[in-house]
Amino acid sequence: MAPRAAWRRRLTRADEKASPYAYISPFFILFGVVGLFPLGYTAWVSLHKWSLIGGQGAFVGLKNYTDVLGQPYFWNALKNTVSIFLLSSVPQIIIALLIAAALDSNLRARTFWRMGVLLPYVLAPVAVALIFSDLFGDKFGLVNHLLGLVGIDPVQWHKEVLPSHVAIATMVNFRWIGYNALIFLAAMQAVPRDYYEAALIDGAGRVRTFISITIPQLRATIIFVIVTSTIGGLQIFDEPRMYDQYGLGGADRQWQTLTLYLYQLGWTQKNFGRAAAVAWMLFLIIVIFAIINFLLTRRIASKGSR
Amino acid sequence: MRAKVIRRTQASPAAYVFLIVVLLASAFPLWWSFVIGSKDAAAIVQDPYSFVPGGHFLQNAATVVTTVPFWKALGNSIFVSTTVSLLVVLFSAMAGFAFAKLRFRGRSGLLVFVIATMAVPTQLGIVPLFIVMSKLGWIGSLWAVIIPSAVSAFGVFWMTQYLQEALPDELIEASRVDGASTLRTFWSIALPAVRPGAAMLGLFTFIATWTNFFWPFIILDPGNPTLPVALQQLQAAYFVDYSLVLNGVVLMALPLIVLFIFAGKQLVSGIMQGAVKG
Repeated sequence: MAPRAAWRRRLTRADEKASPYAYISPFFILFGVVGLFPLGYTAWVSLHKWSLIGGQGAFVGLKNYTDVLGQPYFWNALKNTVSIFLLSSVPQIIIALLIAAALDSNLRARTFWRMGVLLPYVLAPVAVALIFSDLFGDKFGLVNHLLGLVGIDPVQWHKEVLPSHVAIATMVNFRWIGYNALIFLAAMQAVPRDYYEAALIDGAGRVRTFISITIPQLRATIIFVIVTSTIGGLQIFDEPRMYDQYGLGGADRQWQTLTLYLYQLGWTQKNFGRAAAVAWMLFLIIVIFAIINFLLTRRIASKGSR
Repeated sequence: MRAKVIRRTQASPAAYVFLIVVLLASAFPLWWSFVIGSKDAAAIVQDPYSFVPGGHFLQNAATVVTTVPFWKALGNSIFVSTTVSLLVVLFSAMAGFAFAKLRFRGRSGLLVFVIATMAVPTQLGIVPLFIVMSKLGWIGSLWAVIIPSAVSAFGVFWMTQYLQEALPDELIEASRVDGASTLRTFWSIALPAVRPGAAMLGLFTFIATWTNFFWPFIILDPGNPTLPVALQQLQAAYFVDYSLVLNGVVLMALPLIVLFIFAGKQLVSGIMQGAVKG
């Protein structure tokens, strides 16, 4: 009996010691293989001549980087990416905050309204892009038709640079505004109600209360939404890819984003070395943007609280 | 009584008007693609701006499902999204259980690592990922889509938080005193407790996988696509004929619309409890 009990105790000890690692290992192993390793290995590929078909070639140092940076296409794609990102993130946050404020009041049929604003989220970006590509048609699009009714000349949504960015940003906004509004709504409901009561007694109006109480109280949430939309927004691919049938970002690359450029380098030109170089630079750009946004929103929000 | 009045601002008529506009804007694009997708090309030319649907929806749908491998893509999307959701939920529940309820060396450091990786844009590793898949001979295989999506740092974080709140430490302690192994504790105590959180995580993962385009577009063969990839093929075939393209959009959106009708309430509360973009 005694040896068996000792054996059992040892088994239990081993179970308690080793089990935790067994439970976390599927995540860490898989994440290492499909997440971290490819990201790191991208740096290695970017330092070589590397073709989609031929595979690894000679070590070329930073040549892929200097080649890419020496081309106007990279800078064009960077400009487009930043422009689409700004056109989508700034209105997105502002409108989402307004919707959240409306949802935060005493509404009848609360769930109905909340579900209603979330509907676009279940449409795939690919589907959204196709619908809006029709709505923003240059010749027979509904948007140009409506503009015509109020006397505005047709806009060349698929030819001119800024209009094409507006159209693509509209797709992003359409899909994410409601989602972010619900995140803001949750944060608004956590604001202690006596703050509002105090403001009311001080004679502050709705707008004033919103600006000097609600917004500062939502600081952490706003930072969170901005940082996540930065990470996603700068990698945008689906919408610009589907905005026309050729998928190159326009005849003159009017709406070619960095990820679209990366795809074109890697899978159309079959130049993996350069594609990897673009991936790494995009990675750095995302990090820099996320940090800038974080610092910026922190300052703006804390100023508002004064 | 006064406090009750002030507790939440009464909804003004302006709020209702504003929300009605927002709702119309959310629903309109889908309605529009149904309108266009139910007309034939001639009717669109005749009156391109009518909001009234035509009578050609099924006819157009018949063309769509023969132009692209629609049924195959539907089956693939269901298989891929279901498998990915199950794997993400399982792996996240396991890791969440360990982080929330077990004691081990390096726990807090590893958890910080998981949270930090939530911000890593792993999509940028596609070049090596493609090289790995071609070495494995997985190009064109659905597993090449499933495996890279099977882990989610957000899922681990979500499950850790959920288990911390939903499962009292005393229950774990009691089960250990009873001589249950860790596996048994996980299986018969943690898993049942985590069910609502797991359902929520599964739902969001399903939607994210169903709508995912970039990587499947790169790795899958045209003959064996998922729905978003098939939609791209439809666009390549019929870009000028919007009645067919937008008919395809409606067909491919339908399954998630049905899901939304049944689970929309859960989605709303999931987001409000702190879900982030998948």
